[in-house]
Amino acid sequence: MDELAPGSAGEPQAPRRIGRGVFLGTVAGGLSSLWWGKAAWSRVSGTISPVAGAIAPILPTQGWRIYTVAATMPVFDPATWRLRIGGLVEQPQELTYDQLRALPQASQVSVFHCVTGWTVDGVHWRGVRFKDLLAQAKPLASAGALEFVSAEKPYFDFLTLDQAMLPDVLLAWEMDGKPLLQEHGAPVRVVIPDMYGYKNVKWVEEINLVPRAGNGYWELLGYDRDAWVGRSNGYTSA
Amino acid sequence: MKPGYVRRFSRTERTLHWVNAVGFFLLLVTGLILYLPTLSADVGRRPLIKNIHFWGGIGWVSALILIAVLFDPRGILRTARELDLFEREDINWLSGRRPREQDRFNAGQKLNAALTAAFLVLFLVSGLLLWAGEQDTRFRFASTVILHDGLLYASLALLVGHLYLALIHPATRHALRGMTVGTVREDWARRHHARWDIRE
Repeated sequence: MDELAPGSAGEPQAPRRIGRGVFLGTVAGGLSSLWWGKAAWSRVSGTISPVAGAIAPILPTQGWRIYTVAATMPVFDPATWRLRIGGLVEQPQELTYDQLRALPQASQVSVFHCVTGWTVDGVHWRGVRFKDLLAQAKPLASAGALEFVSAEKPYFDFLTLDQAMLPDVLLAWEMDGKPLLQEHGAPVRVVIPDMYGYKNVKWVEEINLVPRAGNGYWELLGYDRDAWVGRSNGYTSA
Repeated sequence: MKPGYVRRFSRTERTLHWVNAVGFFLLLVTGLILYLPTLSADVGRRPLIKNIHFWGGIGWVSALILIAVLFDPRGILRTARELDLFEREDINWLSGRRPREQDRFNAGQKLNAALTAAFLVLFLVSGLLLWAGEQDTRFRFASTVILHDGLLYASLALLVGHLYLALIHPATRHALRGMTVGTVREDWARRHHARWDIRE
């Protein structure tokens, strides 16, 4: 029966234009996901779902992606690395990696939001709160903000002192139980979970106390200075 | 043409296929460097890779359009019409009923073509939105990156199936010859594509 000549099998039927239907349906479904994709994905990968535990380890990224602005990533050498704290302070500081880690430590588990839409939940951080970091330097009364200078040139950004003193803001040197990896900003980065990732400056090598916050790298390109998650950069919810 | 062989794919069809393949792999490799943290760290040079990925994508889509329009627009339109139409035998082929004799393209190939073309459009739109959103809030959507990533996984799934059938599966891998030199064995064509009028 496989050898039937073409056209000899039963009543002829009008062919159906299914190919364009599949094409247009897929395009329409994909485009509409611009509105529902993130919500659907958070439901699948959210902590409530048992599927998340199964999917998360398979995904090769653990949800992170690495954004950089320079041609190469800064290389951390513990022997020569120093964190300089200067500007409007009584006592400018120059801390080695060991001196930094000898400061009072704090740890937290928090969520990390990128302004491009991806989110990593449950990140374990360890580092120092800015209150403890700045205790020795003693900011002057005229200081209103911190300028973070990255070893990745020309990246820099600001937080107001009030923002830096929020209870879940850290200068972190440990992520998920291990020293910060190079791509995550080794040896230290800013962690401010309530703001998008571009305010979480990586590879921090210099902190300057300044009168007020200015525009950092991405702010000069049109991003919001106060990058509150869900309330800035054109977003109205997380 | 060698005796016993029939022409399955025109030169333009084959050029489109291979330009599409090369473009896909260029964007896959550069995309993975941008996407996977370990690769990002090992390769570095993100601004350069990003430029290759972006302009590679623009070049990929432009090349496909130019080839189709400049070389054989009528032939490509005819091919698109073939891929669009699902005869009763195609539905049967998909649902395991008879008769299910296939034309030059079988129903699976028609579906693959429709999905691949849709993914290309969606890759282009979401990629352009990622690029535009970086410079202007109005083009920034929280789900763009999820769409672009989802397309990666969906097209990898299609690609794995495609490569298996084209390179490994004994009954179908002869089709690769059609996509390289353009011709396939007549007996193979009659067995797999009985409804195809090979005199065309």
